[in-house]
Amino acid sequence: MSDTRPSRRSEELVLSARDVRRDYPVAGEPVHAVRGISLDIARGEYVALVGPSGCGKSTLLNLLGAIDRPTSGTITIAGRDISSLSDAEATRFRLTGIGFVFQRFYLMPTLTAAENVQLPMAEAKVPRAEREARTEELLGYVGLAGRSEHRPYQLSGGEQQRVAIARALANRPALLLADEPTGELDARTGAEMIEMFARLNADGATLVVVTHDEELAKAARRVVHLRDGVVVDDAGRAAP
Amino acid sequence: MMLRLAITGLLRRRTRTALTTAGVAVAAAMLLDMVMLGSGMRESFRGFLEQQDYQLRMSPRGTMPFDTEATVGGAAALVARVMADPDVEAVAPVLGGKLFVTRGDSVVAAFALGVDPALQADYVLVEGRDIAAPNETVWNGAMLEAAGRAVGDTVRAAAGYDPQLRRYTGARELVIVGRGRFVMLSGGELAAALPLATAQGMQADRADRISVALVRLRAGASADSVASRLELAEPRMSAISTEAALRFVDERLGYFRQLALILASVSLAVGFLLVTTLVTVSVNERIGEIAVLRAIGVAKWRVVAQVLVEGVALSLVGATLGLGLGLITARWLNGILAAFPGLPAAFDFFLFEPSAAFRSLGLLVLCGILAGLWPAWRAASLPIAKTLREEAVA
Ligand SMILES: Nc1ncnc2c1ncn2[C@@H]1O[C@H](COP(=O)(O)OP(=O)(O)OP(=O)(O)O)[C@@H](O)[C@H]1O
Ligand SMILES: [Mg+2]
Repeated sequence: MSDTRPSRRSEELVLSARDVRRDYPVAGEPVHAVRGISLDIARGEYVALVGPSGCGKSTLLNLLGAIDRPTSGTITIAGRDISSLSDAEATRFRLTGIGFVFQRFYLMPTLTAAENVQLPMAEAKVPRAEREARTEELLGYVGLAGRSEHRPYQLSGGEQQRVAIARALANRPALLLADEPTGELDARTGAEMIEMFARLNADGATLVVVTHDEELAKAARRVVHLRDGVVVDDAGRAAP
Repeated sequence: MMLRLAITGLLRRRTRTALTTAGVAVAAAMLLDMVMLGSGMRESFRGFLEQQDYQLRMSPRGTMPFDTEATVGGAAALVARVMADPDVEAVAPVLGGKLFVTRGDSVVAAFALGVDPALQADYVLVEGRDIAAPNETVWNGAMLEAAGRAVGDTVRAAAGYDPQLRRYTGARELVIVGRGRFVMLSGGELAAALPLATAQGMQADRADRISVALVRLRAGASADSVASRLELAEPRMSAISTEAALRFVDERLGYFRQLALILASVSLAVGFLLVTTLVTVSVNERIGEIAVLRAIGVAKWRVVAQVLVEGVALSLVGATLGLGLGLITARWLNGILAAFPGLPAAFDFFLFEPSAAFRSLGLLVLCGILAGLWPAWRAASLPIAKTLREEAVA
């Protein structure tokens, strides 16, 4: 994975959020899920977003991943303001700029592990030979070298999550986002996953992980605490 | 990859896909049959009337077009008068009747046509040669088979037979010189052609009488005006042109064609609804998957295309199966309807016209595409984060 290793310059920001708000219009009082969050994340950082249930972690992560749009504020990722992208531009950005790992893996059930990993590359029009080589490399990286022809139902939860990680890495994203990636896994498999994330980060990936898992949060070098839609503590923040 | 996703999606729900495809196939078959039926009868009639290359048909007034019982006398003079019309090129007189031959103890009865061999348009020779002498005859295959005879045989035949007295009238020695296909007769009907004079002579009261005269017009003559002129000149006869007969048939078949059109539209609608239902159901149960595809960066139109591929695949396979099914049912139905008494064998109710068939099936496939459009677009446009959240809760 030497090709994803970036130069470690702490001043090089991958992500910069400024006064980001997200209101959900609900009948009567609107829900203020995220109320004015500013956040800078440098290349190569490993950030855990923690906080009580309903504090806005998933909402924030979705905003950072351009699958949702802030009510106000700006989000810049890899030098690009993503808060004002059109739908097609945001889609393209998610494809190449962001890797998403979900709590429930969300693999395509009818495709094999290899095909699931190839999917984002095919969408990005990566040539077939290159696509296949990278799929092999990625599946090897997550420890599933021999399982490429298996379908999701033939894989354990932990294995499915590894395939999902390989899929998220397929297009060499600037930022890897994960929403409770160990939430569906038992303690042991969760621990393996935590190791995997540490390794990813060591190999250069910039990670933002939403979690309730204390072990996972501990593994992160920086822990951002949210409460009621605002940042209340930001431990281990890289020096500006 | 997206194509694979669509196809594997269909294969995952095998039973449902198979049932829907079968439904589309039935709708397509019905559509095809109705299109074939809509044009079949008319085109069949036209081909049928035109193959004779006579534009007018004169028969005794007040009789049905295919009735051979009614005859008119003074035939030679009548033909000569009609020939004298400047627009008339040829007149082919025909006398209908019966021909009886024995086979062992049984009697075989055939439909007999007295014709002028040089002008006749009632049969096409398929074996042997045409009639050249007064005692020669051409039979159709069914007659040869029923009588157990072959081309070249000499037979004793009669124009009348009284089953009570077992007595024949107007018996003659005839030589079977050829086998013909009789265009106006239905498949199983037995038929024989004789020289007109022989046919007239064999029947006691048919001297110089005919049942029908076919009239060929010179190029450029108006069939309708010649017809009315001839009717005025020959008050005992009515003259009907091929065009008028077709118009008449068209008018009569109008309701029929309308019905076929309505049933065809219903088939199309059924196919459309079937595909829409399947695509909607399959999209709804994959809302989560679609949101994931969108979340990892698959373009909206690619998601839509994937869903459309499903509809297209369903309706293409269904339409192809329907094409086969439609042709088989059309042949089967044609067999039933062709047995309708008195209809010529060459008459087809269902006419397969490739262009019309493919146009209608193409329309069905187009419906399959349209069927997927709305559910696909709707699913691909859902807010991703909200959909994922709801799917996670569900
Ligand atoms: N689509 C929505 N419509 C209305 N309210 C929403 C919607 N999505 C989230 N919310 C509300 O926004 C708030 C933050 O939700 P969010 O899912 O971001 O919390 P969370 O920190 O991820 O919680 P958890 O740890 O339980 O996953 C909650 O009060 C939630 O009810
Ligand atoms: Mg959450």
